[in-house]
Amino acid sequence: MIVCVVLLLLLLWLFATRTGRQTWSVTQVGILSIPQRLGSSLVVVIGIAGVVGVLVAVLAMGAGFAATLRQTGSEDTAIVMRAGARTELNSVLDHESATLIAQLPQVQRNAGGLPIASPELVVVAALPKKSTGLDANVELRGVGERAWELRPALRITAGRRFQPGLRELIAGKGAHSQFAGVEIGSTIQLNGQSWSVVGVFESGDAYDSEIWGDADIVGPTYRRGSSTTSVTVRLTDAAAFDAFKAALAGDPRLKVDATTTRDYYTEQSARLASFINILGITIGSIMAIGAVFGALNTMYAAIAVRMREIATLRAIGFRGIPVVASVLLETMLLGLLGGVIGAGLAWLIFDHYTASTLGSNFSQVVFDFQVTPALIWTGLKWALAIGFVGGLFPALRAARLPVTAGLREL
Amino acid sequence: MKYLHLILSALFRRKTRTIFTLLSVLAAFLLFGLLDSVRSAFASAGHDIAGVDRLVTVSKISFTLSLPKSLLERIGSTPGVAAVSYANWFGGIYQDPKNFFANEAVAANFLDLYPEWQLSAAEREAFRNTRTGAVVGERLAEKYHWKLGDKIPLQATIFPQKGGSNTWTLDLVGIFHESDPKQRDQEDVLFFNWDYFDEARAFGTGNVGWYVSRVTDRTQAGRVAAAIDALSLNSDHETKTQTEQAFQASFVSQFGDIGMIVGSIMGAVFFTLILLTGNTMAQAVRERIPELAVLKTIGFSNRAVLLLVLTESVLLIVLGGAVGLVLAGIAVSALTAQLGGSLPLLPVGVAIWLRGLAFMVMIGLAVGSLPARRGMRLRIVDALAGR
Repeated sequence: MIVCVVLLLLLLWLFATRTGRQTWSVTQVGILSIPQRLGSSLVVVIGIAGVVGVLVAVLAMGAGFAATLRQTGSEDTAIVMRAGARTELNSVLDHESATLIAQLPQVQRNAGGLPIASPELVVVAALPKKSTGLDANVELRGVGERAWELRPALRITAGRRFQPGLRELIAGKGAHSQFAGVEIGSTIQLNGQSWSVVGVFESGDAYDSEIWGDADIVGPTYRRGSSTTSVTVRLTDAAAFDAFKAALAGDPRLKVDATTTRDYYTEQSARLASFINILGITIGSIMAIGAVFGALNTMYAAIAVRMREIATLRAIGFRGIPVVASVLLETMLLGLLGGVIGAGLAWLIFDHYTASTLGSNFSQVVFDFQVTPALIWTGLKWALAIGFVGGLFPALRAARLPVTAGLREL
Repeated sequence: MKYLHLILSALFRRKTRTIFTLLSVLAAFLLFGLLDSVRSAFASAGHDIAGVDRLVTVSKISFTLSLPKSLLERIGSTPGVAAVSYANWFGGIYQDPKNFFANEAVAANFLDLYPEWQLSAAEREAFRNTRTGAVVGERLAEKYHWKLGDKIPLQATIFPQKGGSNTWTLDLVGIFHESDPKQRDQEDVLFFNWDYFDEARAFGTGNVGWYVSRVTDRTQAGRVAAAIDALSLNSDHETKTQTEQAFQASFVSQFGDIGMIVGSIMGAVFFTLILLTGNTMAQAVRERIPELAVLKTIGFSNRAVLLLVLTESVLLIVLGGAVGLVLAGIAVSALTAQLGGSLPLLPVGVAIWLRGLAFMVMIGLAVGSLPARRGMRLRIVDALAGR
C-alpha cells in the first residue's frame, strides 16, 4: 500500500512539477548514456544482484524450515507428553495414561463413536543417507489406528498403508528421497528384525521426514513395551483446548502437559529459524557494505564523466535538486534491476530446493526452501537501499561542485 | 622490490576509488574469514587428534536407545580394551530452554578416560565422594558465573525423579580445563554422578546410554571395535562401536552440508568481487595508458609492464583482504566470547589465513590479467598519440 502511494507521489512529482520534469529529463540523459559506461554500470547491477541473491536464498532456507514445521501443527489438535518433556523423543507415557487421555470429553469422536486420538511412539533409527552414505537418524513413528483420521492431509502416493500387527513401514516423501534403502519392497533391519517398506506418503509437512509403522509393533522392537511417547488428539474445536488442558491437570493419575500441535511445532522450529535469519542478515549486511562501495565507485566515475554536462545544465538554470534526484534515481534503477536479477536467480535455483538438517528429535528434518513474495520484496528493498546510499554521495558532489570548476573539467 | 614505490603511487593515484575498492575487498574477506571459521569448525569436529584411542559404543538402532549395564564387564574383558566407562545423556535445562548445554550422568571413572581435561586431584576426589556432585568445563562455568560450592538446579526433560519431581539439584565440586585451546568447546558440558542419577531416576535404572573404552593400541582400534560389537551380535541390543572421532563426525554431518552452503555463498561473493575490482583495475589502466607508454619509452620491457600491473592488482586485493581477515579474527573472538558454544567457530588461524591468501592472490591475478595484457600490448606511438 505505502509503496504504491510513494510510487504514485514520485510519478506525480516527476511529471506534474517543474523540478520533477527537470529531474526526469536529466535522468533520461543519464540512463541513455549508460551503454557508454556499460562495464561499470554492470558492476552495480551484478554487485547488488549478488547481495540480494544470497540474502533471499539464505532467508528462504529459514522460511522453508519454519513453514514445514508450522504446517505440521494446527489449533484444533493437541499433543500430550509427560510433564517437563519438550520433545517427543524425551517423553514417556504408559499405556494407562494414553487411554485416559483419549477418553476425555474434549476429544472429538468419529462416526463410530471412537475418540480421534493416536498414541504414538517416536524412536530414532540410523539409516544411511543417499548423499553421504553415512548413517543419519530418521524418526520412526509408531502410530495408533486412528492416526489417519487425525491427519487428513496425509495421503499415500505409492504402495499402500502398513497393515496393523505386521512389521511393515511406510516412508514419508522426504525420508524416501533422502535415505537409501527405503524403496517400496525393500527391507530394513531393526534390532535383528526385518521390516518391509510397503508405501510412500506425503503430507506436505514435517511428517514427510518420518517413517511410520504400527505403534504396537514398534514398541516391543525398541524394548518399549506398550508405552508411548505422546498422544495426539483432535479436539472438538480449538476453543476446547483450555478445558482439555485443565481436565488433564485435574486428573491426579496423570502427570502430563498438553500443547496445541501448532505451538509445539512452532517452538521446535523457533531456534534454528531465528538462527538462520540472523545468519542471513549478517551475511547480507557485510555483502551490502561491499556492494555500496562498488556502487559509490561506479557513480563517482559516472559523474566525473558527465561533470561538464552537469555543469552546463546548472549554468543554464537547472537547480541542485533535479541533479541530485536524477543521480539517485539512476542508481536506484540500477539497484532495482540488480535486485530483480538476484531475487529471480534465487527463486529459479532455490525455490523448492530440498535440504535436510538435524531437528530437535535428534533426527533429520527434510524441508524445501521457500522463496516467498515477501522475501523477494525484502530483497528488493535491500537493493533500493544499497542503490540509494551508493548514489547519495556522488549526487551531492555533483550538485555542490561550483559550475565554473565543472565547466573547466577535462 | 625497487618498484614498490612506483606500484604504490599508481595504486593510490585516485585515492577515493582505491579506498572504496579496498573496502569492498575488505568486506568480502571479512565474510570469507567468518564463514571459513564456521566451515572449518564443522569440518574439524571429530577430526582432531584426541579421541583416536577411545571407542564409543552405542545401540546399533540409534544412539538414543540405551544398552544394558551387563555389557560393562564383557567390554572391559575384551582383549585390547584398557579401560571402559559409561555415561547417559540427561538433557536437563538450566533456568531457560535457551540455555542449552550438554549434561550427562557419568560413571566414577569416566573423567579418567579423558586426560586432556585437567581437573585437580582434590576436585576429582570431591566428585567421587559427593553424591550430588557435578563437574563443569571452565567456559561453561564462566558463562553462568558458577563457582565451586554453587548449587545448580537442572530441570529434567527426560528423567523425572522417583518421587515425580523434575528438579535435580547438583552441587558444583569441580571445574575442569581443556588443555588444547582449539578444543575449548569441549568445556561446554556438565557431568554429574552416575550413582545418584541411577538410583533417583524414575525409570531406566540399570541401563546405560553409551560406553566409552580406551584401547591399548590405537592401530588395533578397528579390530577391538569389531570384537565389542560381536559381544551382542544377534541379541536384542546389538551395538555399534566407532572411534570417538568417527562418532562425532557422523553426528556433525547430520546438520547438513555446511561446506556446500558456505561454498555457494563465497562463490557468489568472490564472483561479484572479481567483477567489481576488475572494473576498477580496467579503469585505472585505461586512465594511465599515456603513463604506461612513457614507461615503455624509457626502456621498461613489455614483461615489466605486465608484472607492474599484475602486482598492483594483487597488492590491492591482498591489502584489503588482509585487513578483512584481521577483522574476521577479532569478530570471531568476540562472537565466541559472546555466544559461547551455541555457534561452532574456529579461531582464524594459520589454515584460514593460508586459504585466504591463496584466494587473494588468485583473485588478484584474475582481476589484473586483462588490464595487464592491455598494458603490455599497447603500442607506444598510438598510446602517446592518445589513439
